[in-house]
Amino acid sequence: MIQIENLVKKYGDKTAVGGITFSVEEGEIVGFLGPNGAGKTTTMSIITGCLSATSGRALINGIDILENPIEAKRNIGYLPEQPPLYLEMTVKEYLNFIYDMRSCKLDREKHLKDICDTVKISDVLNRVIRNLSKGYRQRVGIAQALINNPKVIIFDEPTVGLDPKQIIEIRNLIKALGKNHTVILSTHILPEVQAVCDRIVIINKGKIVANEKTENISKIIDGNRRLNVKVCGPQKDVLPLIRSIPGVSYVDVLGTHELESTAYLVESEPGIDIRKPLFNTLASKNYAIIGIEALGINLEDIFIAVVDTPEESKKGKKGSKKSILAKKGKKIEIDLSK
Amino acid sequence: MFAIYKRELRSYFVSPIGYIFIAAFLCVSGILFSVTTIQAGQASSVGSYFSLLLMVFIIVLPLLTMKLFSDERRLRTESLLLSAPVSLMSMVLAKFFAAYTVFAGTFLFSCLDFIALYTHGEPNTAVILGNVIAILLVGAACIAIGVFVSSLTENQLIAAIGTMLIIAFFVFTTVLNTYIDSYALRAVFNWISIFGRFVNFTYGYFDFSAILYYISLSFVFLFVTVRIYEKRRWS
Repeated sequence: MIQIENLVKKYGDKTAVGGITFSVEEGEIVGFLGPNGAGKTTTMSIITGCLSATSGRALINGIDILENPIEAKRNIGYLPEQPPLYLEMTVKEYLNFIYDMRSCKLDREKHLKDICDTVKISDVLNRVIRNLSKGYRQRVGIAQALINNPKVIIFDEPTVGLDPKQIIEIRNLIKALGKNHTVILSTHILPEVQAVCDRIVIINKGKIVANEKTENISKIIDGNRRLNVKVCGPQKDVLPLIRSIPGVSYVDVLGTHELESTAYLVESEPGIDIRKPLFNTLASKNYAIIGIEALGINLEDIFIAVVDTPEESKKGKKGSKKSILAKKGKKIEIDLSK
Repeated sequence: MFAIYKRELRSYFVSPIGYIFIAAFLCVSGILFSVTTIQAGQASSVGSYFSLLLMVFIIVLPLLTMKLFSDERRLRTESLLLSAPVSLMSMVLAKFFAAYTVFAGTFLFSCLDFIALYTHGEPNTAVILGNVIAILLVGAACIAIGVFVSSLTENQLIAAIGTMLIIAFFVFTTVLNTYIDSYALRAVFNWISIFGRFVNFTYGYFDFSAILYYISLSFVFLFVTVRIYEKRRWS
């Protein structure tokens, strides 16, 4: 449905997007994940025809956005980071304007009503957009993207600035839209893509650093692989003991706490749940565990992980293991290409 | 394109700007009209009315055009237009015609002033018509200039002042000529001057080359606006 081929965008000397290639199949929800300034918005602007690429091309439904922009844009609904709303219009006027501008041929009354019901804005139809809350504005922005039933819908950070309840609503909405549309969702919030997307494309400094099914990424960030363990007992004895447990890949002291206990960062090898052996080993020597906390890996760690790998392994060859740097520069092993 | 035109036209009347423009235009043109014709007695001349009206354009037309593109950029609604299945040219034309509709409507309404002349005497209808057509085209050129300047900035005030300066330049180049020695430069300034070409109409001479010039000027500025958008997309 969407094909991006070797897309490059330069602003003067600065490269915002440095040759990215990926494709999105019909009916897929793809999360476009990256820190601020990674090139997410630039890429989205190119896909939607707001910007032109320096080189490379973007095909929407097989149509090149540069060669046949009007035809290609008919297939796209786009919600930019800041919803593009004319504040002086009422919601109804605004949606009718979009309907006209997109030369929509669907039954006006029914189509607009369906959209308003889907995004739950039917009760504010006659209100001036200026007076709407942020959550409602965002929904009007989504409604706008749905007009003319485009095959592809592109959301640029759709949940920024919303409260937690609204965020969950918008996520559910996007998930529901994925049943009938192809969706690209850009965000820098990891749980968001995990909750909504089928596949995750991670971009950093204008390059794709990972392009994986969501469940594979979730494996990487499996919380039970990094634990904060509090143990009562002398450090000099406990530390080697934990290190001796099979499956432990890394141990470090985090600090000393109450009850003369010490907190340790324990990392295990992929696929191994270290908690039981950890308990048994320490219990056998009578060192009490007074707390275990799963740390998980956050987005930063993943970035540090995938970005700090050597240049040649960045493309993520099948089956290749990557030695990565986790928080505080400590080495852990994750497999990105399962 | 029609959707953008409609929205733009409507936006003039949900904010005060449309009303301010209409009020200012009718008020100033009414005063000028009365001073140059009815109250002028023997020296009464529709030519001088239209010439002075041209000067008024410098102040009032930027009111219409300043928000056209600058507001879209400021409010980040530009991406809505750019990602819609609408060509850049139709986007620019839609905005141009929206501003033009307000201007032409107001100006034609102000022409009701001439009814007073017909009750007092026998004005030359052909001359008046020629001037009206010329004014409508000069207005188009000035609005095209405003559209162009508005696409350069997201600040309405800068757009308005920039437009005033450029329109003033095109109107007054003939005046500058009195201070210029170079014959070649004078010829160029004479050629591009909106006012210099307008004088013929006030004498009752329908100058087709001037008409063509005003239309071309409008096209050039609208075309450059499209190019600005294309360039911005590429840069």
